[in-house]
Amino acid sequence: MEFEPVLLRHLGVPGIQHLETYQAQGGYQGLRRALELTPEQVVQLVKDSGLRGRGGAGFPTGVKWGFIPKNHPGPIYLCVNADESEPGTFNNRILMEGDPHQVLEGTIISAYAIRASVAYIYLRYEYGRAYRILQRAIQELYDHGFLGRNILGKAGFNLDIYLHRGAGAYICGEETGLIESLEGKRAWPRIKPPFPAVQGLFHKPTIVNNVETLACVKHIIERGPDWFRSIGIPPDPNNPRDMGSFGPKLYCLSGHVNRPGCFELPLGITARELIEKYGGGVWKGRQVKAIIPGGLSMGFLTAQELDTPLDFNGPIKAGCLGLGTAAVIVLDDQTSMIDVLYNSCRFFAHESCGQCTPCREGTAWMAKILARIRRGEGYLDDLDILLEIANGIGIMPGTTICGLADGAAWPVKTAITKFRAEFEDYIRNSRARLHPVREPIRSH
Amino acid sequence: MAILTINGRDIEISDHEVLNLIQAAQRAGVEIPHYCWHPALSVVASCRMCLVEVGEKKPDGSVVMQPRVVPACQTPAKHGTVVVTNSPKARAAQAATLEYLLLNHPLDCPVCDQAGECLLQDFSYKYGHARSRLRDEKLIRPDKYHIGEQIVLFTDRCIMCTRCVRFTREISGTAELQVIHRGDHAEIDIFPGKPCNNKLAGNVVDICPVGALCSKDFLYRQRVWFLKSHKSVCPHCATGCSIWIDQNKNIVYRLRPRYNPQANGHFMCDEGRFGYHHVNSKERLLQPLARRPEGWMSLAWSELIQDIRDQLQKITQAQEDHRVALVLSPWLTLEEVWLACRFVRQVCPRAKLVRGPVRDAGNDDLYPKGPHGEPPPPDKAKFIIRGEKAPNRRGLDILLVYFGPSIFSWAQLLELISQHAVGHLYCLNADPLWEPSPSELELLRSLKTLVVWDVFPRNWQDLAHWLIPATTFAEKNGTYINANGLAQNFRPAVIPPEGIWPETRLFWELLGQPGLYHAPTVRREIAASVSALRPLDTDDLGEYGTIIQPAA
Repeated sequence: MEFEPVLLRHLGVPGIQHLETYQAQGGYQGLRRALELTPEQVVQLVKDSGLRGRGGAGFPTGVKWGFIPKNHPGPIYLCVNADESEPGTFNNRILMEGDPHQVLEGTIISAYAIRASVAYIYLRYEYGRAYRILQRAIQELYDHGFLGRNILGKAGFNLDIYLHRGAGAYICGEETGLIESLEGKRAWPRIKPPFPAVQGLFHKPTIVNNVETLACVKHIIERGPDWFRSIGIPPDPNNPRDMGSFGPKLYCLSGHVNRPGCFELPLGITARELIEKYGGGVWKGRQVKAIIPGGLSMGFLTAQELDTPLDFNGPIKAGCLGLGTAAVIVLDDQTSMIDVLYNSCRFFAHESCGQCTPCREGTAWMAKILARIRRGEGYLDDLDILLEIANGIGIMPGTTICGLADGAAWPVKTAITKFRAEFEDYIRNSRARLHPVREPIRSH
Repeated sequence: MAILTINGRDIEISDHEVLNLIQAAQRAGVEIPHYCWHPALSVVASCRMCLVEVGEKKPDGSVVMQPRVVPACQTPAKHGTVVVTNSPKARAAQAATLEYLLLNHPLDCPVCDQAGECLLQDFSYKYGHARSRLRDEKLIRPDKYHIGEQIVLFTDRCIMCTRCVRFTREISGTAELQVIHRGDHAEIDIFPGKPCNNKLAGNVVDICPVGALCSKDFLYRQRVWFLKSHKSVCPHCATGCSIWIDQNKNIVYRLRPRYNPQANGHFMCDEGRFGYHHVNSKERLLQPLARRPEGWMSLAWSELIQDIRDQLQKITQAQEDHRVALVLSPWLTLEEVWLACRFVRQVCPRAKLVRGPVRDAGNDDLYPKGPHGEPPPPDKAKFIIRGEKAPNRRGLDILLVYFGPSIFSWAQLLELISQHAVGHLYCLNADPLWEPSPSELELLRSLKTLVVWDVFPRNWQDLAHWLIPATTFAEKNGTYINANGLAQNFRPAVIPPEGIWPETRLFWELLGQPGLYHAPTVRREIAASVSALRPLDTDDLGEYGTIIQPAA
């Protein structure tokens, strides 16, 4: 059966950013359908679909919605996480710029499901175009009774959407960091519990969902959970904790490929197929050296691991943190892993919020060590120190409040374990060049 | 009743207690190292020093451990929790955290004020590594002397526990301090041009677990291991904060708050904290002086006793004893007031008893302040600086009422003097910050006898007939009763300079009592005589003091 894209279906349709065109294409049927159901029924549909969050952690969306305390007097908030900052990821931008009403429809349906009366779209500052497009689309919705009071004649369903621009920090994409930032504070992730669904924005129950997740919600309501479950990979029967990887996914392909871009494909496509069939192969006739399967923080897959299915489990089995945002970055065989890892460490050291000691100091220390290795002043045991830091700050669970340190640790761990020979050669050769006679001087 | 297992030892906590694992472990005698957690501040769980392994004891007795390490400060103590603080995994996490904290730390302990009472030193010794594996350059950041009038930030030493930031937000409510920058460049700073000068600012030095925030008053003055700490009570307002007086070689170097849930909690104000300099002052009155036609003559203490006796006898013989007034400062202890009143009542029963001047700074100053500096409602106050600037006004009043019949205020006394109803004044002033105004002095000039006890000679010199050195709070041995009716006893932290006799000794001798002044004995005597002070009938009122009666 040929896969039919739904999320990117309208991409490129002239005027699709306008409500009129969007409705002519069948838009807001999902919302009308949802309003015929009770909020509980909508939640149940999303639960049945097996939809897992598209923002990186892959938590089941329906289950998350179910954590909101029953009969809460409100207000309940919905936050749309559009602070897309994971390196290599751009699917939210394409959704918001290319088909904003699809995102907003999903947002309104989700707000209805969780009984939220206010939704905030936390938009990455750099997305100026998306900001203007969304702003216009939201105004259109207010003008046509899709937002405001008693939406589409449904008595008691009120919703306001606020568009909030971040100020440019990776950590604002972490759900509690986002909440703190929305409250006007420094985006320091909160300790959990309480989880946001119980006590989030302004101490009220809050659901934070990714843009793509909400876009999926619209299609689940329109086409039903069975349609959604017909796409993707069912749970592994040998793993009772696996919840399956259902539905379409936007894969962002970038790096050293001939045709980079955002492709909507069923979850579970292999990295090889994505690169060769959709990405047009590695550029300049070169070979793959490594790929990043789902945004920088997931770690690296080697050329031998290209047949890994890119579902929520595949990258984990291949020794990575997970699927993440499904942003595949391809590195060709001319790439220096030292440079790549240095860049990665520098990014996470720069973006660490500075709250928890292990992440604050560990990410910066790793960046310093890699900078030194890259300068040619590395020692072989630096690699062990790097692995130890990576293990200590992120891979051992519980050492930090949020997941940023995990994201900083996995690239280091996977790069050094999978490409250790390259690092060792580099260190040996550069040391031999710099210090031909002397034994390394220990600094302590 | 909840039962927890901490390192294999069971401890019980009662149902109404809300404790985290650090506090629960303290009960079991197990130290869980921590930096960012402070009992008076909100939990941020960011230093990650208190990582421990946690499990749950199932009803069948089996223990299921969590795969992750958890911060003990953030984990509530619940029935059946199993805590392991010394497993290889927990130890490794603690050691790793210390290594990270010391990465950019300058290790300048030899010149650091905190050395000796530094948690970074202590925990490194107990839980850390002895060497650093950092081969790269440390971050160097400028020290910030501008951060406050009384505080300085040594930025390099900071471990970003944010206790100080939370203190200014949650306790003082003034929110001067903040974190700037990100990652390992994060620093504590102020908003430009808005230094941390609130009246509680000195506390950030105490709560700083390392040597980052230091007190300018104490900076480089003494190594802390030379200091001897004495429990005492701050005399600067009617809150009566429990304090530590730190002294070496009879010089007081600093005051620190001492935890007392009944008085001040964990903190004290800067007025009290830095209000000890008069103790060390070189200007102090050191010898009893008597005015003679040829000028001031210094007396031996035994001569002074004779002088006072003779003088009072003369007054009584002249049938003038109803024109005698005894002024008792609210800075005097209960015991001093008791002995002085007893002596005066003995030799001239008709003498008037006057409550010495109580300095009034207006309304009580309540914290935390709101966003516009407005005080919180009284039931939400976390710290109160009283407007009444005296430690023992309540205790003094109780005793004056006992000795009665009527008591006079300072203003009433001045009235009496102007009406020539008082001609002989015995003024025990112990307030180092009060002195009579020029107009008051003018009135006092008409007195036939003026005997003054004071810490400083001040402007009494051209007026008084006898000038007698008084002791400061750090030298007293006695009891104060604060505005809430909390009685706290304290012992001398330093001995008075140059052989000054404390007031208690002087009145002890004047009363002709045998032996030496002994505070508990006098306190028991007071308790036996004054019904309102019956709870004082004990040798020691306890670490947190004893409430004699709730606030009126």
